[in-house]
Amino acid sequence: MINGAQPAVTVEDLTKRFGPLEVLKGVTLTAHDGEVIAIVGSSGSGKSTLLRCINMLEIPDGGTVSIAGEEIRLREKRGGGREPAEPAQIDRLRQKLGMVFQSFNLWSHLTVLENVIEAPVHVQGRPKAEATEEALALLDKVGLADKRNHYPSQISGGQAQRAAIARALAMRPQLMLFDEPTSSLDPELVGDVLRVIRTLAEEGRTMMLVTHEMAFAREVANRGIFLHQGRVEEEGPPAQVFGQPRSERCRQFISSQLRS
Amino acid sequence: MDFTFLGESFLRLIGGVPLTLQLAFSSIALGLCLAILLALMMQSWFRPLGWLADGFVFVFRGTPLLVQIFLIYYGLGQFRPALDEMGIWWFFRSPYYCALLALTLNTAAYGAEIVRGGLQSVPAGQIEAARAFGMSGLTLYRRIVAPIALRQALPAYGNEVILMIKATSLVSTITLMEVTGLAHKLISETFRSFEVFFVAGAIYLAINFAVTRLIELAEHRIAPDLAQANRPAEVH
Ligand SMILES: Nc1ncnc2c1ncn2[C@@H]1O[C@H](COP(=O)(O)OP(=O)(O)OP(=O)(O)O)[C@@H](O)[C@H]1O
Ligand SMILES: [Mg+2]
Repeated sequence: MINGAQPAVTVEDLTKRFGPLEVLKGVTLTAHDGEVIAIVGSSGSGKSTLLRCINMLEIPDGGTVSIAGEEIRLREKRGGGREPAEPAQIDRLRQKLGMVFQSFNLWSHLTVLENVIEAPVHVQGRPKAEATEEALALLDKVGLADKRNHYPSQISGGQAQRAAIARALAMRPQLMLFDEPTSSLDPELVGDVLRVIRTLAEEGRTMMLVTHEMAFAREVANRGIFLHQGRVEEEGPPAQVFGQPRSERCRQFISSQLRS
Repeated sequence: MDFTFLGESFLRLIGGVPLTLQLAFSSIALGLCLAILLALMMQSWFRPLGWLADGFVFVFRGTPLLVQIFLIYYGLGQFRPALDEMGIWWFFRSPYYCALLALTLNTAAYGAEIVRGGLQSVPAGQIEAARAFGMSGLTLYRRIVAPIALRQALPAYGNEVILMIKATSLVSTITLMEVTGLAHKLISETFRSFEVFFVAGAIYLAINFAVTRLIELAEHRIAPDLAQANRPAEVH
């Protein structure tokens, strides 16, 4: 599904450091509409930081991020680093990005349904009745229709993550960002969440997915990216990246993942 | 026990309940506003504001409420000419206002710590999720931070409310005729301190029983899942 010529996200020469630690060392990538990009890499390679820089939960030190063709404007901060030039722009562009966190981060004071309609109503200003109708359809889709009035503390991790996916979808985002959505789940709950993500991929949603599920990544992604020490070490079709990587490091990583 | 006298005492002391409740609830309401202000000052990036709030809490938590009441009502009387000049003597001349001021400042100090604890307990991930969906500023505070903080703080704050209702009995020392004040008066007339204080205690107990129920109700409304989880049986 291509709407216009602008890629959903363009990241150019992104750098980010935490104190002395250089986490991203110049990452460039583009997510076109309808693409599913799977990002893999060992712990600490900067995968989460990359996703968090895309929606500016971390402000990158260098490089640019553009959402749907619009570059996020940052300016130099006194004493080093950068800061948003116009916070309202970031708030606006973030609405095009649906973020799903490893630890769900559902709002604990709201029921599942209330979680899903919160941002559509209070950020996007949509009528509550309309948002509720759409939310119920989304909850149905992720298999949580019967849990809509439960609080996050009353559901399982797998259910919480599916609720979090519904919450992100409710924003009608142009791009979904998944940061290890199944890593904090018990093994028997992983399948339900992956099934939902697979459905989204089949619908042609644009997604960036950080994951340790190699087989799943290979199956749903159009493109694989292997991140190593803050750089894109290997990029290409899933069969290549997760099958016959060209880079030695990627090969080692993939085989270590398969063994475990 | 002399039940007729108990009944008479009850009828006398019940007359002090409106003043007790009025002092308790006005000071709690005003104190809560001040407590929220203090908690925000503590979190402010402008450090001197935080020091000011910390100092306030240190002083009012570290000294007895009775001393604070005496200091404001009797102590400030020494500065009558100056207060007169400032046009605020009418305030410090009144035992009611002095009591209200002392109770308010005292509960604000405790409340500030409770509110601050509530704000600090809001998980960073939940704030981050809100920001990731484009929420910021006042909306983020109103929709996410404040309600989650309230959920966490409510049990501790309920406790503070109970403590404040009991603390109002101290204002009888500066001539206010609330329940305890009336009890003293009745005893000076009858010399039957056991029965009178027994009745006074029962009245406070009844008030706090009702208030505890109200707090539980509020907890149930605001955090139905926590209220349920706190109940011993049937937890999933
Ligand atoms: N806010 C922060 N402050 C300081 N260091 C950080 C911060 N966030 C991340 N780091 C560090 O940056 C490095 C990269 O972190 P990141 O979370 O991006 O890795 P990752 O690839 O997502 O790893 P994992 O697979 O374990 O999730 C790590 O060494 C981490 O300790
Ligand atoms: Mg990570």
